Amino acid sequence: MIKFIFKAILRDKNRSLLPVIIISIGVFLTIFLSGFLSGVMTDVIDQTARFQTGHVKVMSKAYAENEDQIPNDLALLKADSLTQALMTEFPDYNWVQRIRFGGLVDAPDNAGGSKGQGPSAGLAIDFFSGKSGEVERLNIVNALIEGNLPQKSKDILIGFVFADKLKLKIGDTITFMGSTMYGSLAFESFTISGIVNFGVEAMDRGTIIVDISDARRMLDMENASGEILGFSKKEVYNNENANLIQNAFNAHYAQSTNEYAPVMIKLKEQNNMASLLDYIDAFSAMFVIIFVLIMSVVLWNTGLIGGLRRYQEFGIRLALGENKSHIYKTLLIEAVLIGTIGSIVGTIFGITATWLMQVYGIDISGMVTGGTMMMPTIMRAKFTPELLYIGFIPGLIAMVLGNMISGIGIYKRETATLFKELEV
Amino acid sequence: MKKILIAILAPVLFTSMVNFPDAGEIIKKVDENMTAKTQVIESKMIIYGKRNTREVESKGYSEGNTKSFTEYLAPEREKGTKMLKLEDKLWIYSPETDRTIQLSGHMLKQSVMGSDLSYEDMMETRKLTEMYDAKVIGEEVIDGRETWILELNAKVEDVSYDKRKIWVDQERYVPLKEELFAKSGQLLKKTVLSEVKKIGNRWYPMAINYKDMLKDGKGTDFILLSIKFDEKIPDYIFSKASLKK
Repeated sequence: MIKFIFKAILRDKNRSLLPVIIISIGVFLTIFLSGFLSGVMTDVIDQTARFQTGHVKVMSKAYAENEDQIPNDLALLKADSLTQALMTEFPDYNWVQRIRFGGLVDAPDNAGGSKGQGPSAGLAIDFFSGKSGEVERLNIVNALIEGNLPQKSKDILIGFVFADKLKLKIGDTITFMGSTMYGSLAFESFTISGIVNFGVEAMDRGTIIVDISDARRMLDMENASGEILGFSKKEVYNNENANLIQNAFNAHYAQSTNEYAPVMIKLKEQNNMASLLDYIDAFSAMFVIIFVLIMSVVLWNTGLIGGLRRYQEFGIRLALGENKSHIYKTLLIEAVLIGTIGSIVGTIFGITATWLMQVYGIDISGMVTGGTMMMPTIMRAKFTPELLYIGFIPGLIAMVLGNMISGIGIYKRETATLFKELEV
Repeated sequence: MKKILIAILAPVLFTSMVNFPDAGEIIKKVDENMTAKTQVIESKMIIYGKRNTREVESKGYSEGNTKSFTEYLAPEREKGTKMLKLEDKLWIYSPETDRTIQLSGHMLKQSVMGSDLSYEDMMETRKLTEMYDAKVIGEEVIDGRETWILELNAKVEDVSYDKRKIWVDQERYVPLKEELFAKSGQLLKKTVLSEVKKIGNRWYPMAINYKDMLKDGKGTDFILLSIKFDEKIPDYIFSKASLKK
């Protein structure tokens, strides 16, 4: 019977074309928008994790409370032994120390005066040990548009927007002025070894990156660290796993009243990421629900129109003795087939568009000027296996639901008045 | 009903009938004590941080309200650091890098060496009468000294604090306490001035505690080890060349 209905669908285009088009468009939009949203949000989370939060982050309690101000005077002391302890207790994570710092960068002119200056956001990472994986994690080699990674003490990387603004080039000297961990004036001159473009406005505008040993000397932070970041060796943030190690670590210091005791915070609880992650889930669910509701209403109407058009056909079939339930059943099988065809077409187009958007993306660098969020300047979609069914199933359900509602009319037909209705 | 009204209005009427002296005259006398043609000051700053306490010693020269020069003498980390203020410009010299950097804009609101003083606080040498309109709003006894309470509202744009409340010793015309407010009305800093000494024909506080209300801690003690007024200061002191000497 399915074969028979399938042939009928193919031969009677009036019966199938409009629903297939509607389903295809709906499925396409659901897949594409979900893939796009997922891609953008995944990029934001990934960039935020790599540059700011890690999958988990250890700070002193006092530092964590004022983290936005980068209060290095409240940094973790004995950071090396704490890092070692984290490596031993949580071997599934890579642990790295970082120091963030703020201050003024001044570029000297030939006369020893100043040719320009600007506020800078400093990041100190482990370049020189070669074991930290930070260069790869921050994708610095690809971000280098000129010069090299720091090779020796007092080498520095600078964001390309900053370099342009101060008219700096490789080999130039810049002077950093800020505060040490204990509040003294921190002055240090660096040589620019490389200029970087991360494609993240917040990073490219005022960033300077130095080796952590230079920052420690400059900021009086010997064996101290503002933050110790943990990255899952699987390289993907897993909230449940992060929660487990957060609870296990924090349990060690639960009774401590020392405001400088370390505290671990998972990615989801930093930088308002919880609301962002919840938004992603909520938006994805909303797409599907709205899609099913709208499609159902549209297809219900399409079914009603089809029902009117096929009024005679159903009448004749009833007159020939076909059971009402049987007609209703064939109508639903027909809906399943049309829904499947539409969903397959929509899924193919949706996946293709998502893939194209993943490869090429949309450059929004002109729109995010001045932004402080870890927002990629090229927005890309992301293909995930769930896209294969996220549009398909609702497409099918919407079609069947629409026909189930519109098909109820069959049961209202009276056999006694059929011949009169058909004017036989 | 009448009695209640009288009870409520009596203090108000009484206060308004009190014959406060002219506020302008008071701050003029304060200016005469606190400002001079030139000043040479040796001082010690005790900065109470959350984790440690630091002492920073310096020697400062100032002339009028446009020129000042400070050289830091201790500790070792700060030794040789110099600051020069000419008009509204401020330069800092670091011997470690042999660089002179000019500070401007929001950087002037930053803390000086982790203390509760900002660069703007350090640079501000103008007379109160040039910056504020004053009115007396009450009296209070502080550490046994009777004071006028004055409310100062800025009459020029370029002031660090839009409003001040100062407690002025009624006999010596030296402020004993100050509260400094932002334009929004938020209390930004408190200062307590103590150890008032007679130097020549003026009274002067030899210790000031600055408390940045936006920071934790006990604040910063600014202690004058010595102060000389109206001494001749060589012109080269107030030049950029003196930073590198």
